[in-house]
Amino acid sequence: MALLNLHLKVWRQNAGQPGHFQDIDAPEIPDHASFLEMMDIVNERLIAKGEEPVAFDHDCREGICGMCSMTINGMPHGPEKATTTCQLHMRKFRTGDTIWIEPFRARAFPVIKDLVTDRSAFDRIQQAGGFVTVRTGSAAEANNILVGKEVADAAMDAAACIGCGACVAACKNASAMLYVAAKAGQLNTLPQGQPEKTRRTLGMVRQMDHEGFGGCTNQYECEAACPKEISVRWITKLNRDFAAATLKDAFGNGQERGEGGD
Amino acid sequence: MPLDSKIPSGPMALKWSKHKQDSKLINPKNKRKYTVIVVGSGLAGASAAASLSELGYKVKCFCFQDSPRRAHSIAAQGGINAAKNYQNDGDSVHRLFYDTVKGGDFRAREANVHRLAEESVNIIDQCVAQGVPFAREYGGALANRSFGGAQVSRTFYARGQTGQQLLLGAYSALNKEIARGGVEMHTRCEMLELVVVDGHAKGIITRDLVTGKVEAHAGDTVLLCTGGYGNVFYLSTNAMGCNVTATWRAHKKGAFFANPCYTQIHPTCIPVSGEYQSKLTLMSESLRNDGRVWVPKNAADCGKPAHQIAEQDRDYYLERKYPSFGNLAPRDISSRAAKEACDDGRGVGPGGRGVYLDFAEAIQLFGRNTIAERYGNLFDMYERITGESAYERPMRIYPAVHYTMGGLWVDYNLMSNLPGLHVLGEANFSDHGANRLGASALMQGLADGYFVIPTTVANYLVTQTPGGVTTDHPEFKKALEGSASQIRRLLDGKGRRSVDSFHRELGLLVWDKCGMERDKAGLEEALRRIPELREEFWQNVVVPGSGDAANPELEKAGRVADFMEFAELLCQDALHREESCGGHFRSEHQYPDGEAKRDDENFCYAAAWEYTGDLAKPILNKEQLTFEEVHLQVRSYK
Amino acid sequence: MSAVFDPISRFYSSTIGKKILVALTGVLLAVFVLGHMIGNLLVFAGPDAINEYGHMLQTALHGGGVWIARLGLLTALVIHVVATIQLTRANRAARQDKYGRDVAKVSSRASRTMIWSGLTVLAFIVFHLLHFTVRAGFGFDGPAYQTELHGEIVHNVHKMVVDGFSIAPVSAFYVLAMVLLCSHLGHGVASIFQTLGLATHKTWPLFEMLGRAYALLILVGNCSIPVAILLFGFGR
Repeated sequence: MALLNLHLKVWRQNAGQPGHFQDIDAPEIPDHASFLEMMDIVNERLIAKGEEPVAFDHDCREGICGMCSMTINGMPHGPEKATTTCQLHMRKFRTGDTIWIEPFRARAFPVIKDLVTDRSAFDRIQQAGGFVTVRTGSAAEANNILVGKEVADAAMDAAACIGCGACVAACKNASAMLYVAAKAGQLNTLPQGQPEKTRRTLGMVRQMDHEGFGGCTNQYECEAACPKEISVRWITKLNRDFAAATLKDAFGNGQERGEGGD
Repeated sequence: MPLDSKIPSGPMALKWSKHKQDSKLINPKNKRKYTVIVVGSGLAGASAAASLSELGYKVKCFCFQDSPRRAHSIAAQGGINAAKNYQNDGDSVHRLFYDTVKGGDFRAREANVHRLAEESVNIIDQCVAQGVPFAREYGGALANRSFGGAQVSRTFYARGQTGQQLLLGAYSALNKEIARGGVEMHTRCEMLELVVVDGHAKGIITRDLVTGKVEAHAGDTVLLCTGGYGNVFYLSTNAMGCNVTATWRAHKKGAFFANPCYTQIHPTCIPVSGEYQSKLTLMSESLRNDGRVWVPKNAADCGKPAHQIAEQDRDYYLERKYPSFGNLAPRDISSRAAKEACDDGRGVGPGGRGVYLDFAEAIQLFGRNTIAERYGNLFDMYERITGESAYERPMRIYPAVHYTMGGLWVDYNLMSNLPGLHVLGEANFSDHGANRLGASALMQGLADGYFVIPTTVANYLVTQTPGGVTTDHPEFKKALEGSASQIRRLLDGKGRRSVDSFHRELGLLVWDKCGMERDKAGLEEALRRIPELREEFWQNVVVPGSGDAANPELEKAGRVADFMEFAELLCQDALHREESCGGHFRSEHQYPDGEAKRDDENFCYAAAWEYTGDLAKPILNKEQLTFEEVHLQVRSYK
Repeated sequence: MSAVFDPISRFYSSTIGKKILVALTGVLLAVFVLGHMIGNLLVFAGPDAINEYGHMLQTALHGGGVWIARLGLLTALVIHVVATIQLTRANRAARQDKYGRDVAKVSSRASRTMIWSGLTVLAFIVFHLLHFTVRAGFGFDGPAYQTELHGEIVHNVHKMVVDGFSIAPVSAFYVLAMVLLCSHLGHGVASIFQTLGLATHKTWPLFEMLGRAYALLILVGNCSIPVAILLFGFGR
């Protein structure tokens, strides 16, 4: 095991105030440590010096909860492909490196403290339609709904999204299209999601825009940053579903209604 | 105090139906007058909050994470059991019930387990309807696999992330109710205290982790769905934020804590690589289907690279000791065998706490591609963390704390002995006895939340006037002041040691003395040292920052303070239970061949501990366990 | 009425709705660019060919055809430009705080400069219209630029093109504009299939290739005229 001497440029900010970069030397970091363990070591040293440790989000530290964030050297979750910050290890860095550590930057993700941001906009998008309306107890026998393996696998590809927000952080427009596309796409692909497809698509896209995320300019930095490698073809599908939903919404879905219907 | 488990009368298979019929109903108009507080938003919490809101109750739900979707249920990999018998391989509700009681080493409550097995089938229906993308056959029907040594294929799964998919299902149901206005969701909001008014749980004190505001919330009943206490060991597969605070605070307010010594160790985790280590990563148990576990026969070989150790110098100890189950021996047995090998000085890797899990033979037999297809993602994860390729050399694994079977004592209604306090999921003690089978945790969390509590909560609520207690009650004022003063005490300390350093020291001590194997002397030593460490914590901890803003160190400090107290009860329970069963192995109680020796005559009970105000002297209450359906027998996997 | 128009207004106010309009107008503009190029290449088929083509455009539908086309194109262009400017402003507002260190992992330079390539092409279009359509101040009108075709006096497009491109700075500007148009189309054409939801994981690589090929074709085709005239003395 080797020890690394690193120089960190860490973003420090209190909510509602302007932030700045703090230069922190991080000598003798074991290369077997994870990136977050490196931050733990740095924080222990700050505490020992009587300074305030760097606040960052983290929880499961096994790449599934989506809590950890950080833009490392300009890349959300750092340079490794398909890897969350918590799974990134220090052996990917060299002694003498300068590492820039910043929050996920987006107007829709305001900074709470240092590297901690408020990603609750994602929850509100989900509340605007990211569900199947089915009451507990009202479900039919599971195998009454047949879902071909290919369709189920595709839905699972989209469902792998961990909601971390790296897609937003990587996009120069801070667009949430990949997230919304994956979430809407999972349900829009499955037969269970069909009855509410129009409502869901329109509702989630409207909420996405309302939260202040930017639009997609088809540059696919989101896909490259996604720790779960969600494909941008889900965005293709969201675009298609949105166009179809608008037409159905405007022209009555091809269904006739009695007097008094809208 | 006598414990009334309120198990319905009648034959086992009819108890739950009978109980549902006998349970009280509340008029829909009146339901909306009741406020239900749900703490935790994992599988149990999210499913309960959503289902109760659908019924018309007013629900307030709290989680410390930034989104309910991040609760640690999300990390479960393997799957969820259900007695659907889609494979036509002879599964049934009774068989799942039987397997769970036996797997729990006869320390679970039969009636609860039977109900769990009954509801398992409904869970799958509900999740599929929500759009959970379970694995499918080409024809479109649900796929199953066999898991955790079960002889039938009853496990439903969604790649290696069943937990995430089920949680997202429950989260979507919760979102639907939040959008409808039925659930008021509080994220980044941690419960600090339970408020008890006239002997009933009537509210909680919380701290907003963004603003630091300490607030009181009143309700007609409180549901704790706050998970397990595995982080008392510091290193575990739990998420960093998992903690015992909610259940421990409830315990100190009168709720009994049952069987804390039942802790599950998972055999296939990535070993510790250094003292900076913050968490242990679990590798799916499925690896043991093709990997062979071994250590060198001679301690002198431990430093050599694996490929330089000749075949005849390797000890495939699981195959040697358990010829019929071999590398697939149950979790507790293979974990202990790994510890024995390492204690014998034959462990491999840094610190000598690791054993090999070798795929060389499987790769030779099936080809590298087949192995990559089966385990590619796990091998990638292993390489990311260790920097080693498991295709080139054997993996190193070691057991780690994974799940805790103990928890707050609850009756058949999932209500604690403290009226009004309900406890769901991993936080309660009820369904897994001394050992949990693979793919059963998800099942229990969802059964409790979707199907049990919506029926049973009314049995308590009908006895209460809705909104009878508000936060104006003096008990709330007192609790608020108590929480605020603890925060001040932590912040005002002029100590020098960080919170993490205390947590690490506590964890090492508890793991050493009350981990995979326990004995009287070690436990007594732990019971001497824990109060000392706790004393030092309060004298010498340093918590930087302030209380009125986001302050992760302060959050950790409060949690560690509770672990410091809880650890003592854990060791007391382990010390009192003079037998070995499931996840509790006392080295004094084993057969000559090293197998666990249960003592049904003296310990066939759930130990429900009562707080007395003196941490050193809790009172033991016993719920005797009777086995009507599954007859007590020695659990053997030879 | 609002039952129909509300959804449409919501469509336009959404980011995806605007992008779909950008893509649809993009289709029209891209197809026009190709048709325009093919027409222009008639310059190599001799003076009569291009003059006849020019005359045909002017007189189709009794002279109304060209105005229908112009109005259609103008509308498409206005929508295309207005929507992209609105989107760009919204996109910038969504990321006000810049990274101290910023890295683009996969996005192309073309994709990152769409607004600038687009605005330059827009400026070029204005110049181009003044140059060859309105012919303001370039002296391309009058008897010197008239010729006889099948017994009719028509505008001598051929001579105008040759004379126009004989001026080096003008040709250079045209070539520069075409390079930027190529860059714009290189990202834009494939994006049409993405934004209109027409791509799949299997077809996307084809669309991407098609976009690049299309952009290159326009570049080569359009630049061939000034290059031939200025460098090789074609028609002079």
